[in-house]
Amino acid sequence: MFEFHNVTKIYKNKFTAVKDINLKIEKGSFSFVVGKSGAGKTTLIKLLIKEVNPTEGTIFFNGEDITYLSSRRIPLHRRKVGVVFQDFRLLNKKTVYENIAFAMEMVGQSPKSIRREVPNVLSMVGLSDKATNFPNELAGGEQQRIAIARAVVNRPDLIIADEPTGNLDPETSNEIMKIFSEINRRGTTLLMVTHDRTIVDMMKKRVIELKNGRIIRDTEEGDYYEGF
Amino acid sequence: MKASRIFNHTIKQGFQGIYRNRTMSLASVGSVTAVLVILGLIIMIILNVSAISVSTKEKFDEIYVYLDDSITNQRIREIGEEIGSYEGTLAVVFQSKDYALEKMKEEWGEDGRLLEGLVNNPLPNTYVVQLRDVSYASALIKHIEQKDGIEEVKYYKDIVEKLISTAEFIQVFGVIVIIILLLVSIFIIQNTIKITVASRKVEIELMQYIGASNGFVRGPFIFEGVVLGCMGAFLAIIVVLNGYDYLVSYSNEKLFSMLSVYLIPANMISLDILIIFVTIGVGIGILGSIVSLRKFLSV
Repeated sequence: MFEFHNVTKIYKNKFTAVKDINLKIEKGSFSFVVGKSGAGKTTLIKLLIKEVNPTEGTIFFNGEDITYLSSRRIPLHRRKVGVVFQDFRLLNKKTVYENIAFAMEMVGQSPKSIRREVPNVLSMVGLSDKATNFPNELAGGEQQRIAIARAVVNRPDLIIADEPTGNLDPETSNEIMKIFSEINRRGTTLLMVTHDRTIVDMMKKRVIELKNGRIIRDTEEGDYYEGF
Repeated sequence: MKASRIFNHTIKQGFQGIYRNRTMSLASVGSVTAVLVILGLIIMIILNVSAISVSTKEKFDEIYVYLDDSITNQRIREIGEEIGSYEGTLAVVFQSKDYALEKMKEEWGEDGRLLEGLVNNPLPNTYVVQLRDVSYASALIKHIEQKDGIEEVKYYKDIVEKLISTAEFIQVFGVIVIIILLLVSIFIIQNTIKITVASRKVEIELMQYIGASNGFVRGPFIFEGVVLGCMGAFLAIIVVLNGYDYLVSYSNEKLFSMLSVYLIPANMISLDILIIFVTIGVGIGILGSIVSLRKFLSV
Protein backbone atom coordinates (compact mmCIF):
# COMPACT_ATOMS: atom_id res chain seq x y z
CA MET A 1 0.00 0.00 0.00
CA PHE A 2 2.57 2.53 1.14
CA GLU A 3 6.16 2.48 2.24
CA PHE A 4 8.41 4.89 4.11
CA HIS A 5 12.15 4.53 3.49
CA ASN A 6 14.39 6.30 6.03
CA VAL A 7 11.97 9.21 6.26
CA THR A 8 12.97 12.19 8.39
CA LYS A 9 11.03 15.41 8.77
CA ILE A 10 12.67 18.45 10.31
CA TYR A 11 10.48 21.55 10.47
CA LYS A 12 11.73 25.07 9.80
CA ASN A 13 12.10 25.70 13.52
CA LYS A 14 14.66 22.85 13.58
CA PHE A 15 12.21 20.55 15.35
CA THR A 16 12.70 16.95 14.26
CA ALA A 17 9.19 15.51 14.12
CA VAL A 18 10.01 12.09 12.71
CA LYS A 19 13.42 10.49 12.37
CA ASP A 20 14.54 7.70 10.09
CA ILE A 21 11.16 6.05 9.74
CA ASN A 22 10.96 2.75 7.88
CA LEU A 23 7.45 1.46 7.54
CA LYS A 24 5.53 -0.76 5.17
CA ILE A 25 1.75 -1.00 5.26
CA GLU A 26 0.15 -3.83 3.29
CA LYS A 27 -2.89 -3.36 1.10
CA GLY A 28 -6.11 -4.19 2.93
CA SER A 29 -4.49 -4.12 6.38
CA PHE A 30 -5.69 -2.42 9.57
CA SER A 31 -3.02 -0.74 11.71
CA PHE A 32 -2.94 1.48 14.77
CA VAL A 33 -0.39 4.20 15.35
CA VAL A 34 0.05 5.00 19.05
CA GLY A 35 2.29 7.26 21.06
CA LYS A 36 2.25 10.31 23.27
CA SER A 37 1.58 13.82 22.01
CA GLY A 38 4.57 15.07 20.05
CA ALA A 39 5.70 11.54 19.18
CA GLY A 40 5.32 12.29 15.45
CA LYS A 41 1.91 10.73 14.71
CA THR A 42 0.45 13.86 13.14
CA THR A 43 3.55 14.42 11.01
CA LEU A 44 3.22 10.84 9.76
CA ILE A 45 -0.30 11.67 8.55
CA LYS A 46 0.82 14.97 7.04
CA LEU A 47 3.54 13.18 5.10
CA LEU A 48 1.03 10.67 3.79
CA ILE A 49 -1.45 13.28 2.56
CA LYS A 50 1.33 15.51 1.22
CA GLU A 51 0.66 18.39 3.56
CA VAL A 52 4.41 18.40 4.22
CA ASN A 53 7.37 17.04 2.31
CA PRO A 54 9.99 14.88 4.05
CA THR A 55 13.41 16.37 4.70
CA GLU A 56 15.04 13.04 3.90
CA GLY A 57 13.95 9.63 2.65
CA THR A 58 11.38 8.43 0.14
CA ILE A 59 7.69 7.59 0.30
CA PHE A 60 5.92 5.19 -2.04
CA PHE A 61 2.18 4.95 -2.44
CA ASN A 62 0.73 2.11 -4.54
CA GLY A 63 4.21 1.65 -5.96
CA GLU A 64 4.46 5.30 -7.03
CA ASP A 65 7.12 7.62 -5.59
CA ILE A 66 5.19 10.42 -3.89
CA THR A 67 8.11 11.94 -1.97
CA TYR A 68 7.75 15.16 -3.91
CA LEU A 69 4.62 15.94 -5.87
CA SER A 70 3.81 19.02 -7.93
CA SER A 71 0.95 21.15 -6.65
CA ARG A 72 -1.14 19.88 -9.56
CA ARG A 73 -0.63 16.26 -8.61
CA ILE A 74 -1.25 16.64 -4.88
CA PRO A 75 -5.07 16.82 -5.27
CA LEU A 76 -4.99 13.68 -7.42
CA HIS A 77 -2.99 11.84 -4.75
CA ARG A 78 -5.37 12.99 -2.01
CA ARG A 79 -8.32 11.44 -3.83
CA LYS A 80 -6.79 8.06 -3.05
CA VAL A 81 -6.71 8.84 0.68
CA GLY A 82 -9.77 9.47 2.86
CA VAL A 83 -9.20 11.26 6.17
CA VAL A 84 -11.42 11.08 9.27
CA PHE A 85 -10.69 13.74 11.89
CA GLN A 86 -11.20 13.75 15.66
CA ASP A 87 -13.30 16.93 15.38
CA PHE A 88 -15.35 15.51 12.45
CA ARG A 89 -14.92 18.70 10.36
CA LEU A 90 -18.45 18.70 9.03
CA LEU A 91 -19.95 21.70 7.30
CA ASN A 92 -22.69 22.84 9.65
CA LYS A 93 -24.44 24.88 7.00
CA LYS A 94 -24.94 21.79 4.83
CA THR A 95 -27.26 18.87 5.52
CA VAL A 96 -25.94 15.35 6.14
CA TYR A 97 -26.67 14.47 2.51
CA GLU A 98 -25.00 17.65 1.23
CA ASN A 99 -21.92 17.05 3.39
CA ILE A 100 -21.32 13.73 1.70
CA ALA A 101 -22.35 14.95 -1.75
CA PHE A 102 -19.85 17.82 -1.23
CA ALA A 103 -16.94 15.35 -1.17
CA MET A 104 -18.09 13.90 -4.48
CA GLU A 105 -18.71 17.27 -6.08
CA MET A 106 -15.22 18.42 -5.09
CA VAL A 107 -13.62 15.72 -7.21
CA GLY A 108 -16.03 16.27 -10.10
CA GLN A 109 -18.34 13.26 -9.78
CA SER A 110 -21.47 13.40 -11.90
CA PRO A 111 -24.82 14.31 -10.28
CA LYS A 112 -26.05 10.87 -11.28
CA SER A 113 -23.33 9.01 -9.40
CA ILE A 114 -23.80 11.37 -6.43
CA ARG A 115 -27.50 10.44 -6.29
CA ARG A 116 -26.54 6.79 -6.41
CA GLU A 117 -23.58 6.71 -4.01
CA VAL A 118 -24.67 9.04 -1.18
CA PRO A 119 -27.65 6.89 -0.09
CA ASN A 120 -25.38 3.83 -0.28
CA VAL A 121 -22.80 5.16 2.16
CA LEU A 122 -25.50 6.64 4.39
CA SER A 123 -27.06 3.22 4.71
CA MET A 124 -23.64 1.68 5.39
CA VAL A 125 -23.12 3.98 8.39
CA GLY A 126 -26.78 3.57 9.42
CA LEU A 127 -27.86 7.18 8.93
CA SER A 128 -30.30 6.85 6.01
CA ASP A 129 -33.05 8.51 8.07
CA LYS A 130 -30.86 11.54 8.94
CA ALA A 131 -30.06 12.67 5.40
CA THR A 132 -31.95 15.96 5.68
CA ASN A 133 -30.70 16.84 9.17
CA PHE A 134 -27.94 19.35 9.81
CA PRO A 135 -24.81 18.05 11.60
CA ASN A 136 -25.36 20.07 14.78
CA GLU A 137 -28.75 18.42 15.21
CA LEU A 138 -27.00 15.08 15.64
CA ALA A 139 -25.08 13.35 18.46
CA GLY A 140 -21.27 13.11 18.36
CA GLY A 141 -21.26 9.47 17.24
CA GLU A 142 -23.65 10.24 14.44
CA GLN A 143 -21.52 13.16 13.32
CA GLN A 144 -18.45 10.92 13.20
CA ARG A 145 -20.40 8.42 11.12
CA ILE A 146 -21.16 11.19 8.59
CA ALA A 147 -17.45 12.03 8.51
CA ILE A 148 -16.64 8.38 7.85
CA ALA A 149 -19.28 8.20 5.11
CA ARG A 150 -17.72 11.30 3.55
CA ALA A 151 -14.24 9.77 3.69
CA VAL A 152 -15.27 6.53 1.98
CA VAL A 153 -17.71 7.86 -0.60
CA ASN A 154 -14.99 8.49 -3.21
CA ARG A 155 -13.70 4.91 -2.66
CA PRO A 156 -10.17 5.78 -1.54
CA ASP A 157 -7.47 3.10 -1.32
CA LEU A 158 -6.48 4.21 2.17
CA ILE A 159 -8.46 5.63 5.08
CA ILE A 160 -6.53 7.57 7.72
CA ALA A 161 -8.43 8.11 10.95
CA ASP A 162 -6.91 10.68 13.30
CA GLU A 163 -8.22 10.01 16.83
CA PRO A 164 -11.68 9.18 15.47
CA THR A 165 -13.01 8.19 18.89
CA GLY A 166 -11.26 10.95 20.84
CA ASN A 167 -14.46 12.88 21.45
CA LEU A 168 -16.79 9.90 21.91
CA ASP A 169 -17.97 7.78 24.82
CA PRO A 170 -16.91 4.07 24.93
CA GLU A 171 -20.20 2.69 23.67
CA THR A 172 -20.31 5.04 20.71
CA SER A 173 -16.62 4.36 20.07
CA ASN A 174 -17.42 0.65 19.73
CA GLU A 175 -20.09 1.41 17.13
CA ILE A 176 -17.62 3.55 15.20
CA MET A 177 -15.02 0.78 15.33
CA LYS A 178 -17.57 -1.68 13.92
CA ILE A 179 -18.03 0.61 10.93
CA PHE A 180 -14.27 0.89 10.42
CA SER A 181 -13.97 -2.90 10.64
CA GLU A 182 -16.64 -3.26 7.99
CA ILE A 183 -14.89 -0.77 5.71
CA ASN A 184 -11.63 -2.67 6.17
CA ARG A 185 -13.38 -6.00 5.56
CA ARG A 186 -14.53 -4.65 2.19
CA GLY A 187 -10.88 -4.15 1.23
CA THR A 188 -9.91 -0.59 2.17
CA THR A 189 -6.59 -0.17 3.97
CA LEU A 190 -6.98 1.50 7.38
CA LEU A 191 -4.48 3.47 9.40
CA MET A 192 -5.77 4.74 12.72
CA VAL A 193 -3.96 7.13 15.06
CA THR A 194 -5.37 6.79 18.54
CA HIS A 195 -4.96 7.29 22.28
CA ASP A 196 -7.87 4.96 22.99
CA ARG A 197 -6.37 2.01 24.81
CA THR A 198 -9.66 0.08 25.00
CA ILE A 199 -10.22 -0.11 21.28
CA VAL A 200 -6.60 -0.98 20.47
CA ASP A 201 -6.65 -3.81 22.99
CA MET A 202 -10.06 -4.99 21.75
CA MET A 203 -9.27 -5.00 18.02
CA LYS A 204 -6.03 -7.01 18.18
CA LYS A 205 -4.53 -5.39 15.08
CA ARG A 206 -1.03 -4.27 14.12
CA VAL A 207 0.28 -1.60 16.52
CA ILE A 208 3.02 0.85 15.57
CA GLU A 209 4.31 2.88 18.50
CA LEU A 210 6.15 6.15 18.02
CA LYS A 211 8.31 7.94 20.54
CA ASN A 212 10.27 11.12 19.91
CA GLY A 213 9.81 10.71 16.18
CA ARG A 214 11.05 7.11 15.97
CA ILE A 215 9.24 3.78 15.71
CA ILE A 216 9.96 1.99 18.97
CA ARG A 217 7.55 -0.90 18.50
CA ASP A 218 5.79 -2.59 15.60
CA THR A 219 3.78 -5.67 16.56
CA GLU A 220 1.12 -7.69 14.78
CA GLU A 221 -2.02 -8.21 16.92
CA GLY A 222 -0.56 -5.89 19.52
CA ASP A 223 -1.90 -4.05 22.56
CA TYR A 224 -1.81 -0.39 23.45
CA TYR A 225 0.99 -0.94 25.96
CA GLU A 226 3.81 -3.30 25.28
CA GLY A 227 3.70 -6.54 27.25
CA PHE A 228 0.07 -6.39 28.42
CA MET B 1 -13.48 16.88 -15.03
CA LYS B 2 -16.06 18.41 -17.37
CA ALA B 3 -15.68 22.16 -17.88
CA SER B 4 -19.43 22.67 -17.58
CA ARG B 5 -19.42 20.95 -14.18
CA ILE B 6 -16.57 23.16 -12.94
CA PHE B 7 -18.44 26.20 -14.24
CA ASN B 8 -21.71 25.19 -12.58
CA HIS B 9 -19.92 24.40 -9.35
CA THR B 10 -18.16 27.76 -9.38
CA ILE B 11 -21.36 29.73 -9.99
CA LYS B 12 -23.46 27.73 -7.53
CA GLN B 13 -20.88 27.71 -4.73
CA GLY B 14 -20.07 31.37 -5.33
CA PHE B 15 -23.67 32.52 -4.93
CA GLN B 16 -24.20 30.11 -2.06
CA GLY B 17 -21.15 31.55 -0.35
CA ILE B 18 -22.46 35.07 -0.71
CA TYR B 19 -25.89 34.11 0.63
CA ARG B 20 -24.67 31.98 3.50
CA ASN B 21 -22.16 34.59 4.65
CA ARG B 22 -24.65 37.42 4.20
CA THR B 23 -23.18 39.70 6.84
CA MET B 24 -19.65 39.56 5.51
CA SER B 25 -20.90 39.84 1.93
CA LEU B 26 -22.81 42.94 2.89
CA ALA B 27 -19.71 44.39 4.54
CA SER B 28 -17.66 43.73 1.39
CA VAL B 29 -20.26 45.28 -0.88
CA GLY B 30 -20.52 48.20 1.52
CA SER B 31 -16.80 48.89 1.49
CA VAL B 32 -16.56 48.61 -2.31
CA THR B 33 -19.49 51.00 -2.60
CA ALA B 34 -18.02 53.45 -0.10
CA VAL B 35 -14.65 53.51 -1.81
CA LEU B 36 -16.19 53.91 -5.27
CA VAL B 37 -18.54 56.67 -4.13
CA ILE B 38 -15.59 58.66 -2.80
CA LEU B 39 -13.71 57.87 -5.98
CA GLY B 40 -16.72 59.03 -7.98
CA LEU B 41 -16.78 62.30 -6.07
CA ILE B 42 -13.15 62.94 -6.87
CA ILE B 43 -13.62 62.02 -10.53
CA MET B 44 -16.58 64.42 -10.76
CA ILE B 45 -14.58 67.21 -9.18
CA ILE B 46 -11.62 66.64 -11.52
CA LEU B 47 -13.80 66.45 -14.64
CA ASN B 48 -15.75 69.57 -13.77
CA VAL B 49 -12.73 71.58 -12.74
CA SER B 50 -11.08 70.68 -16.05
CA ALA B 51 -14.18 71.57 -18.05
CA ILE B 52 -14.66 74.82 -16.17
CA SER B 53 -11.03 75.82 -16.54
CA VAL B 54 -11.18 75.18 -20.30
CA SER B 55 -14.37 77.18 -20.80
CA THR B 56 -13.14 79.96 -18.54
CA LYS B 57 -9.89 80.16 -20.42
CA GLU B 58 -11.79 80.57 -23.68
CA LYS B 59 -14.11 83.13 -22.14
CA PHE B 60 -11.48 85.29 -20.52
CA ASP B 61 -8.69 85.19 -23.04
CA GLU B 62 -9.88 88.55 -24.30
CA ILE B 63 -9.34 92.17 -23.43
CA TYR B 64 -12.40 94.21 -22.44
CA VAL B 65 -12.19 97.91 -23.27
CA TYR B 66 -14.95 99.79 -21.42
CA LEU B 67 -15.80 103.14 -22.99
CA ASP B 68 -16.76 106.34 -21.29
CA ASP B 69 -20.52 107.01 -21.52
CA SER B 70 -19.94 110.65 -22.40
CA ILE B 71 -18.05 110.18 -25.69
CA THR B 72 -19.62 110.53 -29.13
CA ASN B 73 -20.40 107.77 -31.59
CA GLN B 74 -17.69 109.24 -33.78
CA ARG B 75 -15.14 108.78 -31.02
CA ILE B 76 -16.38 105.27 -30.40
CA ARG B 77 -15.76 104.37 -34.06
CA GLU B 78 -12.32 105.98 -33.95
CA ILE B 79 -11.29 104.01 -30.91
CA GLY B 80 -12.49 100.81 -32.61
CA GLU B 81 -10.40 101.56 -35.69
CA GLU B 82 -7.33 102.41 -33.61
CA ILE B 83 -7.53 99.15 -31.70
CA GLY B 84 -8.16 97.22 -34.92
CA SER B 85 -5.08 98.69 -36.57
CA TYR B 86 -2.77 97.54 -33.75
CA GLU B 87 -0.59 94.64 -34.89
CA GLY B 88 -1.45 92.35 -31.95
CA THR B 89 -5.18 92.55 -32.54
CA LEU B 90 -6.87 89.60 -34.16
CA ALA B 91 -10.45 90.87 -33.97
CA VAL B 92 -12.42 93.68 -32.39
CA VAL B 93 -16.10 93.27 -31.57
CA PHE B 94 -18.27 96.13 -30.38
CA GLN B 95 -20.86 95.38 -27.70
CA SER B 96 -23.33 98.17 -27.07
CA LYS B 97 -24.51 98.83 -23.53
CA ASP B 98 -28.04 97.72 -24.51
CA TYR B 99 -26.72 94.46 -25.90
CA ALA B 100 -24.71 93.90 -22.72
CA LEU B 101 -27.80 94.34 -20.57
CA GLU B 102 -29.85 91.96 -22.74
CA LYS B 103 -27.11 89.38 -22.55
CA MET B 104 -26.93 89.72 -18.79
CA LYS B 105 -30.71 89.27 -18.48
CA GLU B 106 -30.47 86.17 -20.62
CA GLU B 107 -27.64 84.70 -18.56
CA TRP B 108 -29.37 85.34 -15.27
CA GLY B 109 -32.44 83.44 -16.47
CA GLU B 110 -35.32 83.80 -14.06
CA ASP B 111 -33.33 86.21 -11.93
CA GLY B 112 -33.05 88.43 -15.02
CA ARG B 113 -36.37 90.01 -14.02
CA LEU B 114 -34.48 91.84 -11.30
CA LEU B 115 -32.73 93.90 -13.99
CA GLU B 116 -36.00 95.17 -15.44
CA GLY B 117 -36.38 97.69 -12.64
CA LEU B 118 -33.32 99.65 -13.71
CA VAL B 119 -33.97 103.21 -14.84
CA ASN B 120 -30.52 103.78 -16.38
CA ASN B 121 -28.44 101.08 -17.94
CA PRO B 122 -25.27 101.05 -15.81
CA LEU B 123 -23.29 98.89 -18.24
CA PRO B 124 -20.76 100.59 -20.51
CA ASN B 125 -20.26 100.28 -24.27
CA THR B 126 -17.48 97.79 -24.75
CA TYR B 127 -14.90 96.65 -27.27
CA VAL B 128 -13.96 92.99 -26.89
CA VAL B 129 -10.47 92.53 -28.29
CA GLN B 130 -9.17 89.15 -29.30
CA LEU B 131 -5.42 88.89 -29.38
CA ARG B 132 -3.22 87.25 -31.95
CA ASP B 133 -1.18 86.01 -29.03
CA VAL B 134 -1.23 86.61 -25.27
CA SER B 135 2.26 88.13 -25.49
CA TYR B 136 0.76 91.26 -27.08
CA ALA B 137 -1.56 91.77 -24.10
CA SER B 138 0.44 94.14 -21.89
CA ALA B 139 1.67 96.33 -24.79
CA LEU B 140 -1.84 96.66 -26.18
CA ILE B 141 -3.29 97.50 -22.76
CA LYS B 142 -0.69 100.23 -22.31
CA HIS B 143 -1.40 101.50 -25.79
CA ILE B 144 -5.18 101.68 -25.28
CA GLU B 145 -5.22 103.04 -21.75
CA GLN B 146 -3.60 106.33 -22.88
CA LYS B 147 -6.44 107.14 -25.27
CA ASP B 148 -9.28 109.52 -24.59
CA GLY B 149 -12.72 108.19 -23.84
CA ILE B 150 -11.58 104.97 -22.24
CA GLU B 151 -13.11 104.27 -18.86
CA GLU B 152 -11.27 101.07 -18.06
CA VAL B 153 -9.34 98.24 -19.68
CA LYS B 154 -9.87 94.80 -18.18
CA TYR B 155 -7.82 91.78 -18.83
CA TYR B 156 -8.39 88.61 -16.78
CA LYS B 157 -5.00 87.07 -17.43
CA ASP B 158 -4.12 86.78 -13.75
CA ILE B 159 -7.45 85.21 -12.91
CA VAL B 160 -7.19 82.79 -15.82
CA GLU B 161 -3.68 81.81 -14.91
CA LYS B 162 -4.61 81.34 -11.28
CA LEU B 163 -7.63 79.30 -12.28
CA ILE B 164 -5.60 77.08 -14.58
CA SER B 165 -2.90 76.49 -11.99
CA THR B 166 -5.58 75.76 -9.37
CA ALA B 167 -7.24 73.31 -11.77
CA GLU B 168 -3.93 71.61 -12.43
CA PHE B 169 -3.27 71.33 -8.72
CA ILE B 170 -6.71 69.84 -8.12
CA GLN B 171 -6.15 67.33 -10.93
CA VAL B 172 -2.78 66.18 -9.64
CA PHE B 173 -4.02 66.09 -6.06
CA GLY B 174 -7.12 64.17 -7.17
CA VAL B 175 -5.09 61.56 -9.01
CA ILE B 176 -2.88 61.07 -5.95
CA VAL B 177 -5.95 60.69 -3.73
CA ILE B 178 -7.43 58.20 -6.22
CA ILE B 179 -4.28 56.08 -6.15
CA ILE B 180 -4.17 56.10 -2.36
CA LEU B 181 -7.87 55.30 -2.25
CA LEU B 182 -7.45 52.36 -4.61
CA LEU B 183 -4.68 50.92 -2.47
CA VAL B 184 -6.78 51.43 0.65
CA SER B 185 -9.76 49.80 -1.03
CA ILE B 186 -7.76 46.76 -2.08
CA PHE B 187 -6.57 46.49 1.50
CA ILE B 188 -10.13 46.76 2.83
CA ILE B 189 -11.54 44.25 0.33
CA GLN B 190 -8.64 41.92 0.95
CA ASN B 191 -9.37 42.03 4.66
CA THR B 192 -13.10 41.59 4.26
CA ILE B 193 -12.62 38.65 1.92
CA LYS B 194 -9.97 37.31 4.26
CA ILE B 195 -12.61 37.21 6.96
CA THR B 196 -15.01 35.52 4.53
CA VAL B 197 -12.34 33.02 3.63
CA ALA B 198 -11.31 32.55 7.27
CA SER B 199 -14.92 31.92 8.26
CA ARG B 200 -14.84 29.11 5.69
CA LYS B 201 -11.37 27.87 6.57
CA VAL B 202 -12.78 24.47 7.50
CA GLU B 203 -14.51 24.19 4.16
CA ILE B 204 -11.42 25.17 2.20
CA GLU B 205 -9.18 22.80 4.14
CA LEU B 206 -11.71 20.05 3.68
CA MET B 207 -11.85 20.64 -0.06
CA GLN B 208 -8.09 20.31 -0.18
CA TYR B 209 -8.02 17.16 1.96
CA ILE B 210 -10.68 15.63 -0.26
CA GLY B 211 -8.52 16.33 -3.29
CA ALA B 212 -10.23 19.24 -5.02
CA SER B 213 -7.87 20.95 -7.45
CA ASN B 214 -6.61 24.41 -6.55
CA GLY B 215 -8.64 25.97 -9.35
CA PHE B 216 -11.73 24.21 -8.10
CA VAL B 217 -11.10 25.59 -4.62
CA ARG B 218 -10.27 29.11 -5.77
CA GLY B 219 -12.93 29.43 -8.45
CA PRO B 220 -15.99 30.00 -6.24
CA PHE B 221 -14.18 32.51 -4.03
CA ILE B 222 -12.86 34.49 -6.97
CA PHE B 223 -16.32 34.42 -8.53
CA GLU B 224 -17.67 35.59 -5.18
CA GLY B 225 -15.17 38.46 -5.20
CA VAL B 226 -16.26 39.40 -8.72
CA VAL B 227 -19.95 39.34 -7.81
CA LEU B 228 -19.38 41.36 -4.61
CA GLY B 229 -17.21 43.84 -6.53
CA CYS B 230 -19.89 44.19 -9.23
CA MET B 231 -22.65 44.65 -6.67
CA GLY B 232 -20.62 47.31 -4.91
CA ALA B 233 -19.88 48.99 -8.23
CA PHE B 234 -23.53 49.07 -9.30
CA LEU B 235 -24.63 50.46 -5.94
CA ALA B 236 -21.94 53.12 -6.19
CA ILE B 237 -23.01 53.93 -9.76
CA ILE B 238 -26.61 54.43 -8.62
CA VAL B 239 -25.55 56.62 -5.69
CA VAL B 240 -23.00 58.68 -7.61
CA LEU B 241 -24.99 59.26 -10.80
CA ASN B 242 -28.27 60.02 -9.01
CA GLY B 243 -26.54 62.22 -6.48
CA TYR B 244 -24.65 64.04 -9.21
CA ASP B 245 -27.74 64.40 -11.38
CA TYR B 246 -29.57 65.93 -8.42
CA LEU B 247 -26.66 68.26 -7.73
CA VAL B 248 -26.54 69.35 -11.37
CA SER B 249 -30.27 70.04 -11.63
CA TYR B 250 -30.31 71.77 -8.27
CA SER B 251 -27.26 73.94 -8.61
CA ASN B 252 -26.57 74.52 -12.29
CA GLU B 253 -28.81 77.60 -12.64
CA LYS B 254 -27.43 79.18 -9.50
CA LEU B 255 -23.86 78.30 -10.39
CA PHE B 256 -24.23 79.82 -13.82
CA SER B 257 -25.74 83.05 -12.60
CA MET B 258 -22.93 83.36 -10.06
CA LEU B 259 -19.88 82.14 -11.98
CA SER B 260 -21.08 81.77 -15.58
CA VAL B 261 -20.14 78.10 -15.61
CA TYR B 262 -22.13 74.90 -16.03
CA LEU B 263 -21.49 71.44 -14.51
CA ILE B 264 -21.08 68.55 -16.95
CA PRO B 265 -24.51 66.86 -17.36
CA ALA B 266 -24.75 63.43 -15.68
CA ASN B 267 -25.77 61.59 -18.85
CA MET B 268 -22.56 62.68 -20.56
CA ILE B 269 -20.35 60.84 -18.09
CA SER B 270 -22.62 57.95 -17.03
CA LEU B 271 -21.06 55.45 -19.46
CA ASP B 272 -17.52 56.34 -18.38
CA ILE B 273 -18.47 56.04 -14.73
CA LEU B 274 -20.12 52.67 -15.43
CA ILE B 275 -17.02 51.30 -17.16
CA ILE B 276 -14.59 52.71 -14.58
CA PHE B 277 -16.59 51.51 -11.58
CA VAL B 278 -17.31 48.00 -12.85
CA THR B 279 -13.66 47.55 -13.87
CA ILE B 280 -12.39 48.72 -10.50
CA GLY B 281 -15.07 46.77 -8.59
CA VAL B 282 -14.28 43.52 -10.41
CA GLY B 283 -10.55 44.21 -10.16
CA ILE B 284 -10.48 44.70 -6.41
CA GLY B 285 -12.84 41.74 -5.98
CA ILE B 286 -10.51 39.40 -7.84
CA LEU B 287 -7.35 40.84 -6.32
CA GLY B 288 -8.79 40.72 -2.81
CA SER B 289 -9.86 37.08 -3.25
CA ILE B 290 -6.52 35.96 -4.62
CA VAL B 291 -4.53 37.69 -1.90
CA SER B 292 -6.79 36.26 0.83
CA LEU B 293 -6.83 32.75 -0.61
CA ARG B 294 -3.10 32.49 -0.96
CA LYS B 295 -2.84 32.17 2.79
CA PHE B 296 -5.24 29.24 2.98
CA LEU B 297 -4.06 27.26 0.01
CA SER B 298 -0.97 25.99 1.75
CA VAL B 299 -2.53 22.78 3.17
